[in-house]
Amino acid sequence: MTEPLLDVKNVIVEYPVKGFRKDPFRALKGVSLDIRPGETVGLVGESGSGKTTLGRAVLGLAPVTGGEILYKGKDIAHLGRRERRSLSSDIQVVFQDPYTSLNPSLTIEQILVEPLTMRKIEGKAAARRVADLLDQVGLPSDAGDRLPREFSGGQRQRIAIARALALDPALIVCDEPVSALDLSTQARVLDLFKEIQERTGVAYLFVSHDLAVVRHLSHRVAVMFHGEIVEWGDGDQVTSAPTHPYTQRLFLAAPVPDPDRQEVRRADRDRLLAEQKAQGLQAGATA
Amino acid sequence: MIDLTPATIPPKAQRTSLFVRLLKNPVGLASMIFLTLLVLSAIFAPLLTSVDPNQASLQDFLGPAREGHPLGFDSAGRDVFARLVYAGRFSLAGGLLALVIAAVIGVIGGLLAGYYRGWFDSVSSWLAGLLMAMPAIVVLLAARAVLGPSMWLSMAIFGVMLSPAFFRLVYASVTAVRDELYIDAARVSGLSDGSIIGRHILTVVRAPAIIQSAMVLGIAIAIQAGLDFLGLGDMTIPTWGTMLNDGFTNIYKEPLLILWPSLILALTCMALTLLANAMRDELERSAKPKKRKPLIATALMDFSKVAAVTHADDARTAALTGEVLLNISDLSVGYGQPDGSVKTVVHDVSLTVRRGEVHGLIGESGSGKTQTAWSILRLLPEGGHITGGAIVFEGKDLAEASEREMDRIRGKKIAYIPQEPMSNLDSSFTIGSQLVEPMRICLGISKKEATKRALELLSHVGIPNPQRTFNAYPHEVSGGMAQRVLIAGAISCEPDLLIADEPTTALDVTVQAEILQLLRRLQAELNMGVVLVTHNFGVVADLCDRVSVMREGRVIESGPVRAIFKAARHPYTQSLLNAILEEGEPRGELIAPTTRATTQGAQS
Repeated sequence: MTEPLLDVKNVIVEYPVKGFRKDPFRALKGVSLDIRPGETVGLVGESGSGKTTLGRAVLGLAPVTGGEILYKGKDIAHLGRRERRSLSSDIQVVFQDPYTSLNPSLTIEQILVEPLTMRKIEGKAAARRVADLLDQVGLPSDAGDRLPREFSGGQRQRIAIARALALDPALIVCDEPVSALDLSTQARVLDLFKEIQERTGVAYLFVSHDLAVVRHLSHRVAVMFHGEIVEWGDGDQVTSAPTHPYTQRLFLAAPVPDPDRQEVRRADRDRLLAEQKAQGLQAGATA
Repeated sequence: MIDLTPATIPPKAQRTSLFVRLLKNPVGLASMIFLTLLVLSAIFAPLLTSVDPNQASLQDFLGPAREGHPLGFDSAGRDVFARLVYAGRFSLAGGLLALVIAAVIGVIGGLLAGYYRGWFDSVSSWLAGLLMAMPAIVVLLAARAVLGPSMWLSMAIFGVMLSPAFFRLVYASVTAVRDELYIDAARVSGLSDGSIIGRHILTVVRAPAIIQSAMVLGIAIAIQAGLDFLGLGDMTIPTWGTMLNDGFTNIYKEPLLILWPSLILALTCMALTLLANAMRDELERSAKPKKRKPLIATALMDFSKVAAVTHADDARTAALTGEVLLNISDLSVGYGQPDGSVKTVVHDVSLTVRRGEVHGLIGESGSGKTQTAWSILRLLPEGGHITGGAIVFEGKDLAEASEREMDRIRGKKIAYIPQEPMSNLDSSFTIGSQLVEPMRICLGISKKEATKRALELLSHVGIPNPQRTFNAYPHEVSGGMAQRVLIAGAISCEPDLLIADEPTTALDVTVQAEILQLLRRLQAELNMGVVLVTHNFGVVADLCDRVSVMREGRVIESGPVRAIFKAARHPYTQSLLNAILEEGEPRGELIAPTTRATTQGAQS
C-alpha cells in the first residue's frame, strides 16, 4: 500500500449565514477520503451535495472549520496565504466553465506564463515551456498570441489544462471539467486527461455529476449526498453495483442510450423506488 | 477511438487599440484634436503671446483689439488673449489636480474594498456615502472661509469630494469579477494578492475608470470656474473663472469680454464629455466580438458530402397510426446580418410528427435543433425568420400564418417546455397567478374555475402539496419543482403538440428521471405529439419513438429510435454514438506508480 498523496480526514466546511446569531451553513459534514500518487478519485453527487466544496477545500478556497487535509503528511487545511502559495506547484485546478476560468483580456501565452513567473521561469525558458504545454494538450504552438474568445469550449478547456500542468503538479482538482462540453468534445478531453496521467503520473480529484464520466476515468469513486460521503470504494464496483440506497437511485436514474435496455432500467428503477419507499429509505430524496 | 490530433484554430482576429479606434470615430477625433490644441496652447503660452497676462495698464481699460492684442483688454487693462491662454494652464492644472486626487483615492479604495471586503469595505462604503451626501459647493465655501482663497487647496478638497465617483465604479467592477473562476485559478497558481489585483482586476477597471476620468475632469474644470466666477477664488492668478467674473461685471460696457472664457469653457467641457461618450461607444462595440464559428476537430471530417440517411419504419413506429399533426417540409431559417446578407442556420429540414408520437431532435450545440423548434412556434429571436419551406400543423401552414392566428395556436394547440425552468417563471408573481392567468385567456374560464384547475394540474404533475406551491413564489421552489410547474402550465390547455426544448438539461439526474417519467405519463394520457429537443442520447432512448439527428442545420439521419441506436449509417451519427461513455469500460484498479517505475527501470 503506497502512502497517500492527499489524506482528507473528517473535514467540515461551514459558511457563515447572513443574519444575527444564525447557525452557519454546513456544506461538508465530516468527509474523509484519500488519493494515492497517480490515482484518479472520482467524486460524484448532485447539486448541493458538497462535491465542489470538497474540491475547493483541497485548493484552499473554502473555509475548513474542522478536520484536516494532509498533503504528503502535512496539514494544508489551515495554512496562511503565503504558505499556501508555495503549494501552487503541487496542487492545481481545472474548473468547470472554460468561459470564465480564462481571463478574457489576456492572451493564451500571458495566461500560461502566469504560474511560471512564480517559479522565476522567465524569458526564453518560459516561451519554450509554453510551446511545450500547448503541444502537450494538442494545440498548435502559434495559439499563444490569441485571446480566449477565439477558441471553442473544448479548446479553452485544453488551455485550462495546460495552465494546470505548467508547474508539474502532483495533484489536479478537476471540477466538472467536461460538463459544459459537447459529447464528442467531452470524449476527446477525457482521453487527454487519461493520456496526461499515464505520461506524467499526476493524480486527479475528479468532481462530476455524471456517473459515466467518473466511471470512465476513476480508479476509485466517492459518492456524496447532502455534505457526506455515502459510498466510497473501487470505481467499477461503485458505478456498476452500488450498495448504498442513494447511489442505487442515482445509478438507475441515469438513462441508458439504448431504448431496450433503458426500458429494463426504468422498470428496475420503479422497483427499487418502491422497495426503498417500503423500507423508508428515501428521506429527502425527491425534488 | 477518438483521435487526439490538434484541433485547427481560426485565423487570428484583428485587435486594434482603443486609441486607434477613437481616431476613426469622428466625434472622438474632433474632441481629441480640440483637447490636444488646448493643452499645447497652455503649455506653449509664452510662444503664442509675448504679453504678460497680469500686466495692467490703465490707458487700456476695456480697450479694443489692436495690433498684438487680438482680443482687446479687460477692466484692469490686461490683455484678454494672453490671459485666456495663460488661464488654460491654471484651469486645466486645477482640474487635473482634482482628478488625480479623486482617481487615486477612489480607485485604490475601490480595489481594496471590493477585493478584500470585510471591515474596510464597510468603513469605506460608509465614507463614500457620506461624501456623496455632502453638498460639495458648501464644503468648498467653508474651506475657503477657513483656509483662504487658494485654488490648489480648493481643487484638492474637491478631488476628495469627487472620489466616490471612482470608488463606486471601481468597487462595482471589482465585485463583479472577484468571484470569476480565473481569479480563483490565479490564486491556485500561487499569485500574490498584489499581482492578482494588478494583472486581473486592474484591467477590468481600467476602461471604465478612463471614461469616468474624462467626465470628472470636465466637472472639476466647471466647478473651479464657478468658484472663481463667484469671486471666491484666488484673484492673483488668471483662470477662465476670474475672466468670467470680470466679463460679467462689465457685461454692459464690453459684452464680448464674457464671450471668450464662456466659449472656451463650454467647448472644453463638451469635448471631454463627447470624448468619454466616444470611448464608451468604442468599448461597447468591442465588447461584442464578431461571431466566429469555433472550429471543432470533428469539423475536420467533412460530412457534407455524405447523403442524409432515412431509415424505414420498424414494427413499433409502424404501429403509430395517429393522424399527422405536424409536417415540416424543407424548412430553412436565416438570420439577417448587419451587412444585409442572410446567414442560414437551418437548411431544408423535413420531419413529420403524428398524434401520440415523440420525435427527438438530437444534435450538438449549433446544430440548429433549437432553431427548428422555435420556428414551429414562430418564436425565433430578433433578426431570425423562416426563409423557406412549410410548417403544416393541422392543415395550416404556420410559416405563413399571421401573428393573430399564431396567438390562437400557441399555448392552446402547441405548448412549450423550456430548458431553464427558473428563468421562465416571473419572480415577482406567485406560481398560482402565473398558471391561472393564461388559462383564463386560453380557455375563457372564470378565475375560480381556473384556480381549481390549476390546483388539480399541480397535483397531477406530482407536486405533493399543490396549495403551498400555488401560493409560493418561484424562488421558493426547487428547479425540478419549477419544471413540474411549467409542465403543468404547458398541458393546462390540453395541447395537441408539445415542444420540449432540453426539458431536463438543467436538472439533476435523479430529478431528470422523475421529469422524464412525468412527461411519458402525460404524453400517453393526453395522446400528444411531442417534439423533444435534446443533446442527451439517454433521454432519447428513454422517451422517443422517432429521432432526427441534426448537424450544422441539416437533418443527416432520421428514423425509428432503435434503427438509429442499432444501425446508424451516417458516419457523424456513428461518431456521436461512439463518444457515449455510459456503460463503457471502467478505469480499473490503479497500478501503483512505484511498481510501474521499477518495472520500467528494470527494462531499460
